[in-house]
Amino acid sequence: MPRPALTYEEIIERLDIYFDVEFTFIKSEDAAELIVQQSRSVQDFILDLSKRIAATNEELSFQFTLNAIRALEAMDQHMVEAWAMTATDNYDRKGLTPAMSVIRDLDNYVHTAHINACGAVLEEEISVLLPFVQGLSGRKLKIAESDDNIAYTDTETIYLPAITALLEESKDNFLIYKASVAFLWAQIQFGTFRLPFTEILDCDDPDTQLNKITTLETIRLEACIKRELPGLYRDMQMLKQKTSEQHEHAYPDNWQHIIERLSATDASIDDTLKCMASIDEEIYIAPCCYQGTLKLDQVTVVMSKRIEKEKAYFRIALSELARESMKKNSDAPEDTELEVDASTTFALKFKDEQQQINSGTIELELEGELMPIPDHIKELMTSIIVDFGEIPPEHLHAAGPGEYDLKKYEDEILNPDDVWKGTYHIEGAELYNEWNFKRQYYHKNWCVLRELEIEPEYDDFVAITLEKHKGLLKSLRHTFEILRGEDKLLKKQVHGDDVDIDALVEAYADVKSGMEMTDRLFTKMHKEERNVAVIFMVDMSGSTKGWINEAERESLILLCEVIQILGDRFAIYGFSGMTRTRCELFKIKAFDEEYDDEIKGRISNIQPKDYTRMGVFIRHMTRLFSEIDASTKLLITISDGKPDDYDTYRGEYGVEDTRQALYEAHRDGIHPYCITIDEEAREYLPHMYGAANYSVIDDVAQLPRKVSDIYRRLTT
Amino acid sequence: MQSKALKPEEYFIEDEPYYQSIGDEIAIFEAAYNQSLPVLLKGPTGCGKTRFMEHMAWRLKRPLITVSCHDDLTASDLVGRFLISGGETVWVDGPLARSVRNGAICYLDEIVEARKDTTVVIHPLADDRRVLPMEKVGEIIEATPEFCLAISYNPGYQSVMKDLKQSTRQRFVALEFDYPDAALESEIIVKETGIDAATANLLVKFAHMTRDLKGSGLDEGASTRLLVHAAKLIHEGISPVVACKTAISQAITDDADMMVAMHELSSSLF
Repeated sequence: MPRPALTYEEIIERLDIYFDVEFTFIKSEDAAELIVQQSRSVQDFILDLSKRIAATNEELSFQFTLNAIRALEAMDQHMVEAWAMTATDNYDRKGLTPAMSVIRDLDNYVHTAHINACGAVLEEEISVLLPFVQGLSGRKLKIAESDDNIAYTDTETIYLPAITALLEESKDNFLIYKASVAFLWAQIQFGTFRLPFTEILDCDDPDTQLNKITTLETIRLEACIKRELPGLYRDMQMLKQKTSEQHEHAYPDNWQHIIERLSATDASIDDTLKCMASIDEEIYIAPCCYQGTLKLDQVTVVMSKRIEKEKAYFRIALSELARESMKKNSDAPEDTELEVDASTTFALKFKDEQQQINSGTIELELEGELMPIPDHIKELMTSIIVDFGEIPPEHLHAAGPGEYDLKKYEDEILNPDDVWKGTYHIEGAELYNEWNFKRQYYHKNWCVLRELEIEPEYDDFVAITLEKHKGLLKSLRHTFEILRGEDKLLKKQVHGDDVDIDALVEAYADVKSGMEMTDRLFTKMHKEERNVAVIFMVDMSGSTKGWINEAERESLILLCEVIQILGDRFAIYGFSGMTRTRCELFKIKAFDEEYDDEIKGRISNIQPKDYTRMGVFIRHMTRLFSEIDASTKLLITISDGKPDDYDTYRGEYGVEDTRQALYEAHRDGIHPYCITIDEEAREYLPHMYGAANYSVIDDVAQLPRKVSDIYRRLTT
Repeated sequence: MQSKALKPEEYFIEDEPYYQSIGDEIAIFEAAYNQSLPVLLKGPTGCGKTRFMEHMAWRLKRPLITVSCHDDLTASDLVGRFLISGGETVWVDGPLARSVRNGAICYLDEIVEARKDTTVVIHPLADDRRVLPMEKVGEIIEATPEFCLAISYNPGYQSVMKDLKQSTRQRFVALEFDYPDAALESEIIVKETGIDAATANLLVKFAHMTRDLKGSGLDEGASTRLLVHAAKLIHEGISPVVACKTAISQAITDDADMMVAMHELSSSLF
């Protein structure tokens, strides 16, 4: 039986609580009147969303509730929920006014929603488009969202509109993206940007000139794509047909010779420029759906910067090659610094007779000797050839001493607050989602995580710790020795290295007494090879200041000493931060680092910092683990309290996000475990880690002993 | 109980296995063989190492005994062990001992997969002593001049666990293998499968695309072997895009987005 609909009073009662009317003075009556006329399921749907939005902002929730019925008339429930979440997302990122405008501008959203339903969304397709473009040969290109919804490239990044919804079916819209990517790649690869920029930009009517170039280049590049990617070329023709451009796109009859010339295998941008003179000024041919536009001003900036940078890197690389060759050929002692001057010139040699120019077919020669080309130089060569169509002779001189200051070319370090400005190319920072339990959804790319180094401090902390826990260490070593590589001699095996004499005697007796003889007659040495990878995540929040911090460091020292015995792979990271834009992860020991004096120094220098935002770090660890191949993956957190950060990451919110992050880790085959000294931890840890996956240590002094103990227990 | 005896004479290769030489590897192998030096073949998976060994065995007219190493391979698996027959223990030679006795070529494929202690038994064979000590029977077998030891190893594994020890690798003449250049690779595909040159060229182009993706989402690009598989499917009438998907994309990655991207690449080509 369907549940009865809520009455007006019941709805008012709920809305009053959601809107917190005592303080906000919102009048729930209008909203309640709208809701009361609905069926119970619709009532529940709206009230649930009102409640979730109210957790962010009451006024926003109120506006949503007023507009909810209208929204439900225009969209299905799934889309209405997405609309509400877009509004709250806007609230989080931009504030109340932009969020309100999403709610009020319902019609616009409905229109976009229709586009979204059949359109291809760049954010979703980028995971396919990026490897696609990187699989095409040439420079490794990036893909990003275009600000003005027009596709173009600056020769390093391909910019695409956020949504493409030109055609009815989403797979065709994806195809437009794909064709755009390939077309813009072709512009770079086949030399469109070897244009005389200044001439064009400085002429009387640059727009007409650019239009002509674009039209003619489309003919040339399509011919290139037809040769290189025939399958895609067919798709492009199909797209033209579907967008009914075939007719408008038709070239004038007298263009036959132009088309022939530009479609030739050896046609280059020079041919395009020559053809320009012979075409009519008035001619207009509609652009096709994938060709995008030429933004020469942006190209100029990016190209000139890159050309200078790559020339420097390439010449420096040549000078290193020359130095190595000199070292090899000279009798000077190993550590003599040999100087290469700028007169050292390399020559290019073609591997095949066709003299094709690409990094796979040319070799570098120095004084008649072929030089091996390392991969990073090959990549540079590829990029230089894409720009010039060759390697210009002035690039082939090795850089003289002190000729370049490489610092000039290093990318500037981005301010963490700037990361929202470019979502796809943030150097040095990683973005992670965060779970909002109240709204039951992920904040996309919410936390900004940076990995930082800890400077090693070479003091006597390690020596003192080892001395202080001398007895404990001895017994721990003993216990861990026993665990190491348990070789077991398995008896009565079907196959094995040696004959099991006991089994043989027994079997012989069996045969004599008329029974069937067993085939289990061998002994086999079974080597238990440990395949454990573990990450220790150490709380570096401000609250650990003092003896907790000291106990943490002592525990780590002891642990490192004994894990060495087992040969398990381990990494140690400290975490702290303040707000979602500054989550700082301190690398103490990575998996591939040896436990040496530097690591000891880093442990010694672990210092309390700011707050504990845990979810983001657990997600990062999960990613680190995904690069490691181990049968047991353990994530051990050593902490002193609840997840807690300066902003809203408190109480239930922090606990729930951490729980979600742990759940994700668990799903990826990682076993999380928590060791804490917070006596109240029994209240929240079972909820986060599960009943058996944590230990509460009442006495901080016991931490060093317990941590090693727990580790032993967990890995056997 | 069934005997595990191997019959080395069955390993004579009578028909010439097709092998397209990339450089001077055949001459080097022959020189090393004449000088009784062991050989280490390095190279990515599916680039023709095993085929090369078959070809060399045929060329040198020696039996080829191949052992595919796995993580449970012990020294006894190579040298030999006691078995029981009629109430008595009987010594049975392993593949390595058989090769040494019969002057065969012993090829240990993917040696790093074997347990570390296993690789040590080949040490006395791989230096100028050329002997195989058999502790359990208290014998030492001296290798005949015809005996040759070859091992293969894929340096592409980026795992510390799967690296070859210096003490092992510094005993061998190393031959480096890589995928052949485009023209040669396409010639190989045509010869192996009988498809037309145009399709073979496109397949090679596709392989290069996947090899460019190594490090940006793929652990390894498509090998020559996979191209041959795809070409065989195409020869049987399967459409090239489907053949690339089943024989190549699905074989090298499980990542859904990557598979779609590779599918888009192959459908752009064919």
